[in-house]
Amino acid sequence: MSPTLTPSSVTELRDAILASARVSIEGARTKPALIASAGSSIGLRQLSGITEYDPEEFTFTALAGTPLREVIAALDSRNQRLPFDPMLVESGGTLGGAFASGLSGPGRHRHGGIRDFILGIRFMDGEGRLLRLGGKVVKNAAGFDVPKFFVGSLGCFGALVDLTFKVFPRPPAQLTLRFPTQHVEESVELITRLASSRWDCDALEIPTGARHVLARLAGPNRALNLMASDMGRALKREFTVEDPSIWAAMAEFAWSPPGHALAKVPLVPTSAVECAKVIGSLPTMQVHFSAACNVAFLSWADPTIHAALQTSLAQLGLEAMMLRGDPGGWCMGRRRVTQIEAAVKHAFDPLNRFPTLSR
Amino acid sequence: MASVVLQRLSTLIPAERILTRPAELASYESDGLTAFRARPDAIVVPETQEETIDIVRLCHELGIPFVARGSGTSLSGGSLPVANGIVIALNRLNRILHIDPTTRTAVVEPGVINTHVTQAASPFGLHYAPDPSSQSICTIGGNIAFNSGGAHCLKHGMTANHVLAIKAVLATGEVVEWGTGSREFIGPDWCGLFSGHEGLFGIALQITLQLLPKPDRFHTVLAGYQSLEQAGDAVAAIIASGLLPGAIEIMDALALEAAKAAVHADYPPGCEAVLIVELEGPREAVEVERTQLEAILSASRPVEMRPARDSAERLAIWKGRKSAFSAVGRLSPDFIVQDGVVPRRRLGEALRKIARMASESGIRVANVFHAGDGNLHPLILFDGRVPGALERAEQLAGRILKMCVEMGGSITGEHGIGMEKREFLPDMFSPAEIRLMERIHAAFDPKKISNPGKMFPAGTAPSLQLHGLHPLEKAGLASRE
Repeated sequence: MSPTLTPSSVTELRDAILASARVSIEGARTKPALIASAGSSIGLRQLSGITEYDPEEFTFTALAGTPLREVIAALDSRNQRLPFDPMLVESGGTLGGAFASGLSGPGRHRHGGIRDFILGIRFMDGEGRLLRLGGKVVKNAAGFDVPKFFVGSLGCFGALVDLTFKVFPRPPAQLTLRFPTQHVEESVELITRLASSRWDCDALEIPTGARHVLARLAGPNRALNLMASDMGRALKREFTVEDPSIWAAMAEFAWSPPGHALAKVPLVPTSAVECAKVIGSLPTMQVHFSAACNVAFLSWADPTIHAALQTSLAQLGLEAMMLRGDPGGWCMGRRRVTQIEAAVKHAFDPLNRFPTLSR
Repeated sequence: MASVVLQRLSTLIPAERILTRPAELASYESDGLTAFRARPDAIVVPETQEETIDIVRLCHELGIPFVARGSGTSLSGGSLPVANGIVIALNRLNRILHIDPTTRTAVVEPGVINTHVTQAASPFGLHYAPDPSSQSICTIGGNIAFNSGGAHCLKHGMTANHVLAIKAVLATGEVVEWGTGSREFIGPDWCGLFSGHEGLFGIALQITLQLLPKPDRFHTVLAGYQSLEQAGDAVAAIIASGLLPGAIEIMDALALEAAKAAVHADYPPGCEAVLIVELEGPREAVEVERTQLEAILSASRPVEMRPARDSAERLAIWKGRKSAFSAVGRLSPDFIVQDGVVPRRRLGEALRKIARMASESGIRVANVFHAGDGNLHPLILFDGRVPGALERAEQLAGRILKMCVEMGGSITGEHGIGMEKREFLPDMFSPAEIRLMERIHAAFDPKKISNPGKMFPAGTAPSLQLHGLHPLEKAGLASRE
C-alpha cells in the first residue's frame, strides 16, 4: 500500500495537509501497526536528507523522511553515533518514524533513548503553519520541551519536517560477551547486577529463550579485554565473545519471523521474570528483553492469543505498543487516559486534522 | 486576602501551617534572582500530597494564584510570588519514599534536596547525576520545574533526562500519573513535557528518578592558559579527539581572581583562563583515556597542567569552580548572571564579542562557562548605587542574549526563562510558536493561576533590580551554576 500523497517540499506538505479534513502521516511503513488508517495518508519519504551536520557540535539536522541508514552512515564517517542504536535501519526505517514511535534499541541502556538525544523539531500543524520548537544546540531550556513530547506521539499533533539530534563520539571499540544461564531468573539477576556495576556496560540484553545474557562493552580497545577478564573473575562466570554482527540483526528484529506480530512493552526489571513466565508461556510467543530489562519485545504467530495476551498484560499492569500485526488497535493492555490528553491534543490540533491516540 | 479564602484554607490544613504575618511573608518575597520582589498574601505549608491536591483544587475553584516553591534558588525569578496569591511551600513534602537498587530508581517527593537523593542511593553504589551548583539546597521539584542542568550535562543530560515517572496535580485539580518507572514508555513523553514547565502546569507530587552506577574512576585535570582562546582551542581538540568527558569547564581571569579571594582556590600563576576536564568511567578505560587527554592538553601549550591526584584534590578543583559565581559577586556590589548558549565552535567568537561589548559599555564582565556544551555564564558587574548603572548592565545583558540567539544558540541553557528573560522569548520563537506554547499552557491551566507571569512576555514586567548576593549565598549556603 502506498500513501496518497508524497510531498517533496514544505510547500507541497502544506498543500497536502490543507487538502483534507483528516490526514495521517507515515514514513517507510516499517512499523505498519502504528499507521493510522483514517483520512488521506501523507508519506514523508521524499522529505529526505541531512540538512546540517556539525561533528564538532555533536549535532545534526535531517528531514523527517531521511532513512536511518543514511544518518548512521554519515555519523559513522565522522566516528560518531546515535548511542540508542536506532532500530529497523536496514529495513528502511526513517528518522521521523523512529522518533514518532519512540523506538530505541539496545544502546538506550547506557546513555538514554531517543528522548534523551532530541534537541529540536520543525513540524507543520493542521493549519499549515511551520513551527520550530526546541533548539539546535546541545543545551537549551527555553520554552516548553515540545520536541520531547513528540517522542512517541505517533503523528497525532502534526507532521514532522525536520529533527535536530545530539550525537556522541563512537567508542573506538566494542566487545560483546555472552554469558550462558540456566533460566530466566538467573538471566534477570545477572542483568541487574551488571546494570549497577562499575563496568558501565554499553548494552544488556536477554535474547529469546532467556538462556543467555549479552553484555556489550564499549571504550578504548586496550581496556575492553581487561574489563572482560575482570568481569569473568568478579562474577565467577564463563563467557564467550560474540560476533558483533548480532547487533545489526537485533536492530532488524531478525529473531521475529516475517508475518509474526511484534510489540514493544516497557517494564521494570522486577517485572521481567513474571512477564517471561506469564506472557512467554502463551502459544508461539517469543520474548526478548532489551535495555537491561526496561523493555520486552514480544513476537507471536498465533492471532488467537490476542485476548489472552490482553488479559496477561492487564494482569501485570503493562501496556504494549504494536509494531506489526493487528490485534484491533496500536495499543494493548492497560492504557491510562487522562483528561489533560484531550485538552493538549486540542491545543496542538484544534481542527482535529491528525489522528488521536485513542484510535 | 479575603478572610473567606483563609477560612477555606484552614479547613484543609492546620492554622499553624498557614503563614500570614508580615515577618513570615517577607522571607518568601523573592528567590535566587533577587531582582524581583512581591509579597504573597499567605504561605501554606502542606505536609502530604493529599493536602497539596486539596489546596490546588481550592485555588482552582476560587481562582487564587499560587506559586509552588521549594528552596527558592531559581536564578530566573521562577518562584517569584504573586501579590494577591499564595505560596505553596513544599519543603515538608521531603520524603524519599523508596530507593530500589534493582530497578536503579528513587521515588521521591518534590521537597527532597537534590544531594539527598545521591546520599540515599550511595550505599547501593548508585547516584543521581544532575548536579546544579545549588544542589546542596535546591529541591527535586524545582529541578523538574526548570529542567535544571549542572556541570555534567554534556554526558549525562539535564534533569528531564533522569525523570521516569511523575504524579502531579495540575492547575485544574486533575491528578495525573505519567510513566511507570521503566526507562521506556509508549505514547507521548508527558514527563518530558512537564520537565521545564516552569511551574505553569501544576505541582509534581511524587517523582521517580533514574539512578546511575557511581563512576568507577574519575580523572580530573585543571589546566591554566595564557589566553581564553588557547583554552577554547583545547576544548575543540578534546571534542575532535572522540573523547567524551563528563565535564569541560572554563573560568576566565576575573572569575579566577574571585575564586582565589573567596575560597582560596589555587591556580597556576599568570593564567588568563583555566580549563577543567573530567573523565569518568571504568578504571581500565579512564587509564587509557587519561593518556590521550594529557597528550591533547600538552599540545595545547598550557602554562601548567594539574591532574587531581586524589579525591581531595578533585573536590578542591570543583569547589573553586562551583563557588565562582558567588565569589565573583564579592568583587562588585551588584551583578547580573546570564545563561545563554552558543554553538561550541563559536565560543571564542562569543567571548570576544562579549569582551568588546563590555568594553564599549565600560562594564566588567567575568566569564564562567560550561565549555563542553557552549553554555555561557557571563557575570555583569555593576554598582546599583550609581545612577544609570543598572540600566547599562541590563542593556549589556540584553545584547549578550540577542548575540546568543543570532549565533544559533539559546537565551537559556539551564536557568529557564522565569521572570528574568520572558521579554526575550520572542527572540527565539515566532509569534505562532509562542501562541502554540500559550495554548499548551491554557490546556493545563485555563485560569492562569499556577505560577502566573513566568515564561511569557508581559508588558508590565518590573525592571530588573539586582542587589548583590542572595542572603543564602552570603551565608555560604548556596552557590550558583
